[in-house]
Amino acid sequence: MARIFAYIAHKSGIADDSAAELVAAARNIDAAAAPVAVVTGWGAELDAVCETLRSSYAEVWKIANQALAYPNAELVRKALLNILPHDGIVLVSHSHFGIDLSPGLAIKMNSAFVSDVLGIDGIDGTYLKLVRQEFGGQVSAHVRCDASAGAVLNLRPGAFKPHEVAPINGVIVDKSADVGTLTAGRRYLETVVAEAGDVDITKHAVLVSVGRGIQEKDNIAIAEELAETLGAAVSCSRPVVDAKWLPKSRQVGSSGKTVKPKIYMACGISGSFQHLAGLKGSPFIVAINKNPKAPIFQVADVGIVADILEFLPELTSKVRGMKQVSV
Amino acid sequence: MEILVCVRRVPDTSENEIQLNAAGNDIERDDLVYSINEPDNYAVEEALQITAKVGGNVTVVTVGSDDDEEVLRREMAMGASRGVLLSDEAFDGSDGRGIANILKAYVHKGHFDLILTGVQAEDGGAQVGGMLAALLDYPFASLVNSISVLDGGKLKVSREIEGGNKEMNEIDLPCVLSIQTGINEPRYVGMRGIRQVASLEVPTFGASDLGLDASTVGAAGAKVKRVNYFVPALGKGAEMLEGDQEEIIAKLIELMKAKGGLN
Repeated sequence: MARIFAYIAHKSGIADDSAAELVAAARNIDAAAAPVAVVTGWGAELDAVCETLRSSYAEVWKIANQALAYPNAELVRKALLNILPHDGIVLVSHSHFGIDLSPGLAIKMNSAFVSDVLGIDGIDGTYLKLVRQEFGGQVSAHVRCDASAGAVLNLRPGAFKPHEVAPINGVIVDKSADVGTLTAGRRYLETVVAEAGDVDITKHAVLVSVGRGIQEKDNIAIAEELAETLGAAVSCSRPVVDAKWLPKSRQVGSSGKTVKPKIYMACGISGSFQHLAGLKGSPFIVAINKNPKAPIFQVADVGIVADILEFLPELTSKVRGMKQVSV
Repeated sequence: MEILVCVRRVPDTSENEIQLNAAGNDIERDDLVYSINEPDNYAVEEALQITAKVGGNVTVVTVGSDDDEEVLRREMAMGASRGVLLSDEAFDGSDGRGIANILKAYVHKGHFDLILTGVQAEDGGAQVGGMLAALLDYPFASLVNSISVLDGGKLKVSREIEGGNKEMNEIDLPCVLSIQTGINEPRYVGMRGIRQVASLEVPTFGASDLGLDASTVGAAGAKVKRVNYFVPALGKGAEMLEGDQEEIIAKLIELMKAKGGLN
């Protein structure tokens, strides 16, 4: 059985939430697995992360190098290639960093790569049995991955539920001396923080959220009228921002805002995992979509198969009528 | 600047309900609406905007079959000067690495300063761009949502990271970038534009034209194979409101009142 490694992302001295998920995923490959945490970085922040990980990983490989102070995927890849055995199974979170790192890492290890894995059904000899989704989450696929020469798996954030396990007393192994020379054709300059925008969707109890089903910019008014009637705000999914129908500050999702409303009305939103990642605090989700197969219906509390362009104006007028009666 | 954009033709998930076929080994492909993979279209637009500023040519390439020529022509109608089809029975069953190997062989036939891909395909996983870069030993950046050309064979690119923040990077040419949707506003392509490029030749290259070893591509070279498709057992799933629209709205209003969203 090949050794399993978990690359742990971190920020400001705190390990990413995926640290516990990667342990759970490793146990799905082999219930007896003791995965090795691999952490790159520099200085006191790196030390703090390694120290925390000792309670959930029996071994923590620390790779300290000033060039790795900011996680540049090309530099991290070079460091890992000098340190990891090339027949190992490497688990990485399918985040913006994992997308940057893992495909190239697999090529250079001459190992298999599978992206955005959301289930692991164990290993059959050297073949990993994996589950992915395709076509916007409308269907799932069983995937067989030949890990005889190692494998790199990018795991969907949130897909592997951490197990409750008693803290352990792992060891930190300093691998910094094996890093080799680190230079890259890409250099990090700075991080530009997103602009605040006109409406703060993170502060609203009710969100009327629109997706591709709104079809054109002029139809945004339909959602705005409903939101106004409900005292809600209008948020949206990525395609609406891509089309420039609403500003980026209204986008819910991993590349947008994280929101915690009481009620979330997903209108013409298919429900990609990147979108759902922006919904926290278990809101009551109302999904309205004309495609009965839309993945949003799997996670919503209430579903309505309808064309939002007809349904929302009707709902608005009913709510208005009701409010007039009650006044 | 000579720019290569790698594109794909995919079933449009916003236009289709995807169903499994009877055998469960594929989706039902009859009656599917196909289109260019959306991020790829943004990549072509970005390439056209770059060459409009600094000069050069845009080539679009795809690995596929004759059916895929339509997306090449669509992108040529947008303004790409050349479309190239990489097609061979030996390519069937390729995994991401196989596709990247085929593209690498084509890249070596030309002189490209910049290679763009879409960030991911409908049925793929954001992998070919990063693999191609590693095979070519070019620098790579994923999730790119702005590009500006600097002096001295470099670009300044931003990557979309969490929370809508942008990670700014400088990257040396030649390089590979995977393009995120929303980076620009792709121009409209009408039927007239497509007719205008209908007679242009789309050269096709097979495994031997590209000097590819058949063991590195297709099912033979694939470490990753799809076994079957399935529809997952739903979790709890939504309570579906049924009836006529009036009844549905009445039920919905009751539920929203109960949850404190209406008073």
